[in-house]
Amino acid sequence: MTEAPAQRATGFRRLHPLTPLLRGWKLFAAAVAIAAQQLYGDVEASWLFVGVAASIPVALAYGYLSWRFTHFRIDGEDLRLETGVLFRRSRRVRLDRLQAVDVVRPLIARALGLAELRLEVAGGSSSEAPLAYLSEPAAQALRAELLARAAGLSHDTPEAPEAVLLTVPVDRLIKSQLLTVGVIITGLVLLVVLGFAFALKEISLLGLAAPMALSLGPAVVGPIIRHFDFTVADSPDGLRLRHGLLETRAQTVPPGRVQAVRILEPLLWRSRGWCRVEVNIAGYGGEGQSQTSVLLPVAPLEEAFAMLRRVMPDVDISTVEMHGVPRSARWVDPFAWRFQAAGADERVFVARRGRLRRETDIVPHERLQSARLTQGALQRRLGLATVHLDTTPGPVRPTAAHRGANEARRLLDAEVERARLARSSAPPERWMSLPETPPPPTVAG
Amino acid sequence: MTTADLQGEPFAPADAPWVRVSPRLATLRRMLLAGIGGFVTLVAAALFAMASWWLSVVVLLAGAGLIGWGWVVVGRAVRSWGYAERADDLLVTRGILFRQLVVVPYGRMQFVDVTAGPLDRRFGLATVQLHTAAAATDAQIPGLVPAEAARLRDRLAARGEASSAGL
Repeated sequence: MTEAPAQRATGFRRLHPLTPLLRGWKLFAAAVAIAAQQLYGDVEASWLFVGVAASIPVALAYGYLSWRFTHFRIDGEDLRLETGVLFRRSRRVRLDRLQAVDVVRPLIARALGLAELRLEVAGGSSSEAPLAYLSEPAAQALRAELLARAAGLSHDTPEAPEAVLLTVPVDRLIKSQLLTVGVIITGLVLLVVLGFAFALKEISLLGLAAPMALSLGPAVVGPIIRHFDFTVADSPDGLRLRHGLLETRAQTVPPGRVQAVRILEPLLWRSRGWCRVEVNIAGYGGEGQSQTSVLLPVAPLEEAFAMLRRVMPDVDISTVEMHGVPRSARWVDPFAWRFQAAGADERVFVARRGRLRRETDIVPHERLQSARLTQGALQRRLGLATVHLDTTPGPVRPTAAHRGANEARRLLDAEVERARLARSSAPPERWMSLPETPPPPTVAG
Repeated sequence: MTTADLQGEPFAPADAPWVRVSPRLATLRRMLLAGIGGFVTLVAAALFAMASWWLSVVVLLAGAGLIGWGWVVVGRAVRSWGYAERADDLLVTRGILFRQLVVVPYGRMQFVDVTAGPLDRRFGLATVQLHTAAAATDAQIPGLVPAEAARLRDRLAARGEASSAGL
């Protein structure tokens, strides 16, 4: 390592030295998986063993080289990341464009005391600068430093203090996952099958029941594992979400990074007053949305509204005047047309829909990217049109469907105008720096 | 145009007339339609001719009818495209059966693409597409004369620069 001192001098840092083991492990696992498949083929077992054994040094060498050639450095406003053995890549991430920072700890990394730091910026399909792996304290310190710089503070600002806002109790999480239409129907069918099996003394029917019970697994157990011990804390850096049973994830979402919010009230949760809150955050668009776009997996409505006030200060959707759709909408939406409603105040646009599963979309005006008015052939006959408000990719796609065509156009024009005014007075991206005086809004010609 | 003027025409631009795209786009699409549709019809007719000649005549007539209908539809579809540059945003409209109006504020544009395939170039056409941070934004204008496409691109870029905002 002749170049190490020189690199230390320029301030480049390396990932944790155990990284090659963790990275190489994946390659080794792949080799084992391939070998296991071939066992049923005509390749001799001893050759497979040799292959798997040979994959160990290859995996280690690959892990070591990729570790050796990965450096990162914080360069004033940017994070610089150099990677690649054969094809070198040098990437700069602008810290003031940081949308979120996640510390992810997969099970094996946790056992070794390591963590992966993911920086999310807008655009791109996956995390733009994953730093895998760092030691846990290093990951925490780096996150604090990145957020301090992104906020426009000095880099040695200590990690911002946090106050836990709420936690999701495990029993509520489990109950919420069992209270879905799919689970209940499958459960009933399962009971019937079991009943027949015992009544007819026909054990083979149990073979039918087993795959049905198993099919529920991923849908029910997955969210429980992902959102296990869900904790929301508030800090000057933004909201901190921590959750996960096997792989834990600590997300930090700086203020003003939430682009749109959806409050979901599934039918079977309504009697308990529960709902689920999903958000659009620019950096999270592409990768596993179900993991990262959930602000609250299950919570009473009051908690959801409290959370909404945190991510969008001085927004109160209960005072937004909502307007329904004309009666002719019953021909295109016979079941739930009465529940279609939309409205706006000076801060947000709100759209509500759904009779059984109620959905409420909330978009701050300054987050609007573009707006669309669409009209299908049937809608045209009925004098209806649908307004779509486009925000960054995510689970929330705000639409106000089947409105009177002229009213929809007025809604679209009003929304575009409100968005223009809101943009010109939006807070700075470096949320701790003093707001610059915004340029005066230009008067529409 | 005020809101009152919009009565019955919710897809009209508010204060500027629609700029329509080049009718050469219709020519290009009609030639594609006639070429591909004609080829498929002839092959099908030839295959059916092996069974019986009148079936082959029916196929020929049906193919010609479909192409004729497509000919008319293509004309209407191309005429339905339009765009308008307003003070703060660009409006794009399109569609006959499924109509759409897109409003893209200049400050929201991330980048502008101008593309022209080999056939487009032969016909002297280009497509301008606007991209925002939202993937759903569907703002493309096909069938522009290259000079107009370049002018629009530069103008949009300049206006985007002037009024750009964060996410």
